[in-house]
Amino acid sequence: MAVESHIVELLLPPVEPVAGQGATAGLTPLEKRLLDEFQNNFPLSPTPFAEMAQCLGTSEEQVLYLLEGLQERGFISRVGPVFKPRQIGASTLAAVSVPAYKLDNIAAYINAFDEVNHNYERDHRLNLWFVITTPDQERLEQVLAEIENYTGLPVMSLPLVKSFHIDLGFSLWC
Amino acid sequence: MVDKILDDLNRRIVLATQAGLPLVPEPYQQLARELDITADEVMQRMQRMLESGIIRRIGAVPNHYTLGFRGNGMSVWDVPDEQVKRCGRLIGDLDFVSHAYHRPRHLPRWRYNLFAMVHGRDRAEVEQKVDTIAVLLGEHNRAHETLFSKRILKKTGLRFKGER
Repeated sequence: MAVESHIVELLLPPVEPVAGQGATAGLTPLEKRLLDEFQNNFPLSPTPFAEMAQCLGTSEEQVLYLLEGLQERGFISRVGPVFKPRQIGASTLAAVSVPAYKLDNIAAYINAFDEVNHNYERDHRLNLWFVITTPDQERLEQVLAEIENYTGLPVMSLPLVKSFHIDLGFSLWC
Repeated sequence: MVDKILDDLNRRIVLATQAGLPLVPEPYQQLARELDITADEVMQRMQRMLESGIIRRIGAVPNHYTLGFRGNGMSVWDVPDEQVKRCGRLIGDLDFVSHAYHRPRHLPRWRYNLFAMVHGRDRAEVEQKVDTIAVLLGEHNRAHETLFSKRILKKTGLRFKGER
């Protein structure tokens, strides 16, 4: 069974708001090109940054400097391979409708499971959405049952049937 | 789907690179020294993992939130079951959609069978993009909703574990 691959970069705790068209206003044209053209196809060659520099019409030193800066400012988390989630074990996206006054308590209970990798509060009647990943189906059912037991609420389980998107990064300035 | 078993060397390469490549002129050479193999071997192994799909891509991993993509919504769609594959492919090809999934319905509580994560700078932009999807799906779209995230309560990156 396929393992959930969920957005991780996109839902981060709030950071300092930046004026203008989001934080991208603070990026130079070269930094934007770096980000747009090299989310994919980072060279597998002895001197990859020099190759990037050649494409961008700048120096290797400059590319390294810009990447370090982008990383320091939090615009990129890293430069490197993005791995496909391991396709071993079982997983599901689960949702539960929790009364507001119980939300923090139940969220804490759910988060305490090592098997829960993501948990979001969403603006919906079904307000808690979390991903459970386990070594096997049996353990998955067990975690679901334990959560239902604790909360006294029905947990809706929506395991992945098929994924349609091939993640090649996405255009930031289209 | 076929399980992709990582051999020991691949696993060590995964562990050494999952937090990012070193930002030095010869990053593969540096990795090779750490792993006690040659740089060629590192690059070949990574190339093969890329071809077999263990590695999806190699590059800069943007933090969309910091970059200003503050609006993101999980759009959910009720399309006829026999159309779900076609609709899923249409949605999955859109550049503002990062993930598109077919999931089971859960009637009567949950009628939706197609999920698409939509990204934009703010909620209004996401709503606009959701409208674009609605137009694209046309009559196959029997109902849809967008669930915006209010709070992230837990986020653990999917990581390959070192011990196993």
